[in-house]
Amino acid sequence: MSANKGLLKEIAEYKWRFTMTTTRKILLMLAGLGVACMIFRLATGLGMATNLNDKWPWGLWIGLDVLTGVALAGGGYGTAIIVHVLHRGKYHPIARSAMLTSLLGYLLVMAGLFMDIGQWFNFWRPFVSWGHTSVLFEVFWCVSCYTTVQVLEFGEILTEKVGTKYHNAFKKALPVLMIVGIVFPTLHQSSLGALYLIMVDKLYPLWWSPYLGLFFLISSFFVGPAMICVETGLAGRAFKHEVPIHVLRGLVRISGVFMVLYLALKIYDLSNRGVFNLVFKGNLEGNMFVLELLLGVIIPIIIAFSSMSSTRKGLITFGVLVSGGLILNRMNVVFTGMSASLGGWYFPSIMEWAVSIGLISIGVLAYCFIAENFNILDHDEHHHKATA
Amino acid sequence: MAKGVLVDITRCMGCKACQVACKQWNDLPSSNPEFKDGLTSPPEMDGYNYTTVFIEVVEDKKNNDYTIRSAKRQCMHCEHPACASACFAKALQRDPKTGAVVYYPHLCVGCRYCMLACPFDIPKYEWDKQFPLVAKCQFCFDPKGKYDRLGYGLKPACVDTCPTGALKFGERDELLKEAWQRINSDPKYIKHVMGEKEAGGTAWLYISDVPFTTFGFRPNLGTQPLPEYSHNFLKWTPIIAVGWGTLLTVLYHYTKRRQKVASESNKDVHM
Ligand code: SF4
Ligand code: SF4
Repeated sequence: MSANKGLLKEIAEYKWRFTMTTTRKILLMLAGLGVACMIFRLATGLGMATNLNDKWPWGLWIGLDVLTGVALAGGGYGTAIIVHVLHRGKYHPIARSAMLTSLLGYLLVMAGLFMDIGQWFNFWRPFVSWGHTSVLFEVFWCVSCYTTVQVLEFGEILTEKVGTKYHNAFKKALPVLMIVGIVFPTLHQSSLGALYLIMVDKLYPLWWSPYLGLFFLISSFFVGPAMICVETGLAGRAFKHEVPIHVLRGLVRISGVFMVLYLALKIYDLSNRGVFNLVFKGNLEGNMFVLELLLGVIIPIIIAFSSMSSTRKGLITFGVLVSGGLILNRMNVVFTGMSASLGGWYFPSIMEWAVSIGLISIGVLAYCFIAENFNILDHDEHHHKATA
Repeated sequence: MAKGVLVDITRCMGCKACQVACKQWNDLPSSNPEFKDGLTSPPEMDGYNYTTVFIEVVEDKKNNDYTIRSAKRQCMHCEHPACASACFAKALQRDPKTGAVVYYPHLCVGCRYCMLACPFDIPKYEWDKQFPLVAKCQFCFDPKGKYDRLGYGLKPACVDTCPTGALKFGERDELLKEAWQRINSDPKYIKHVMGEKEAGGTAWLYISDVPFTTFGFRPNLGTQPLPEYSHNFLKWTPIIAVGWGTLLTVLYHYTKRRQKVASESNKDVHM
């Protein structure tokens, strides 16, 4: 009990910082609006707040907040493999910020999911009523466990500043947490794609594939470095923190290798199932598919393996293209690929947008707050210098 | 043995008595009529309509003529229900004795994955409620008793009401035999029993003299039970979890050691 009191006191007495800027004020406003809409939705039900309907039971919140959010947050486990398992020291400078993005990403995913379920007070049900034949069951367990693991991982950073007496315990637990924290996302990144396996007669054949899980897994892995490029691009400006180009370039190249693999598997899969001709059919599905691969995979591969990836501009372009391509891919699976078979009409309501934007704003604000108060971006100087 | 219903579309006259009987038996609220093509009402099934009689004008190209056909749609009560396998809280379960696929509202989380998984687009949602539930035909089977008929050895309400014999309740195997007898003894029928093999087979079986797509059945329904697709993926989970975890642990120690060895010869350290 007394230890607890001490901790609370420590937290209260710690000198917290939060600089106000115009961007942050706008973000705060958006976050407030989002929270208001969330409360309204929880109080009134889905019908009032959203445009979801019997034909489109899954909309923006599942598509963007969950399916896309989890993939973009995948940078955490990718870097964890490279830095903490393979011990590639040179990538250390980005490990913590990648992890933080990932943690915040997952917390937002959980919030998005919570918004989306109709009987939200029943959210714990699958913990006791095991629908283990469902892919969603795997997603549910892995996302819950992984978020817990990430909170514990963050404990190691947190206790550098407050609750310092627990620091060693967290540090000791870290390697185990790291490995558990890689296994879970590996499982559920793929199971997010596998959710659509059962919709074999509904999802357009360009996207439905027996390898759907593998595609989701590989893409969540290669989007990690892209997100880091975007993030360090932004954070570099905001916090005057520059990650050396060669570090990013190395990551981008690893990413590029996996993109080549992804592309090859896609082509093999399409011709194997005899649907390659659908790609150039010129219909909406075909065109969206081409767009997704061209902008999100093929051009970035060229950037990664050419001299373009040795400039900051090139790296940021790579990051924007790959993350954009991934968002497009997930949206295509959720919307474009399903629209022909579902029919009807769906466009997110203003409140759905407000909630999604609000959640993202909360994430950015939280990132800024944590980056300002803990050793996220500059922690290198407190340790030995990474190999330059 | 699992029960079934044989729907003979050629015998249905579109009177909607089954639709009314369903509403009455299940205490479903009435709603303002809304029509599709001036014939079908309600135009779709929804959270408060478990069954709808679809009435369609069908062009007969051979004789340059038109005929009207109607067919009742409702949950097909699949032998391998995609909805039940998709539910991560076991809120949908197939009763092996009757073959009814039943919804247990207290277990439902409201994720609506069942709606997307169903190849017949059956489960609907009570969108207007604060805490909405999934809604679909229960085959008039209710383990709790209140809305039960099958459990007492009665026919479903709709079948009981049908004045033309377009709906016939019985053992699925026997109905299937009868369906093929009818098809083979009358050339007007399409040589196909909808539900015999679709998605692994369903309790409700349809025979018709006009294409099944007229009534919204998907043309490309496969015959493989849909739960198998998920199973083929999920069966890898334990192997991957253990294998990948072991590999990562080995790599962790190996690379750490290598790094240590390297750092003893030069100063390539981190942390
Ligand atoms: S028709 Fe749909 S709702 Fe009915 S049992 Fe089959 S999968 Fe489930
Ligand atoms: S909405 Fe309910 S019944 Fe349907 S899959 Fe989700 S938890 Fe199961």
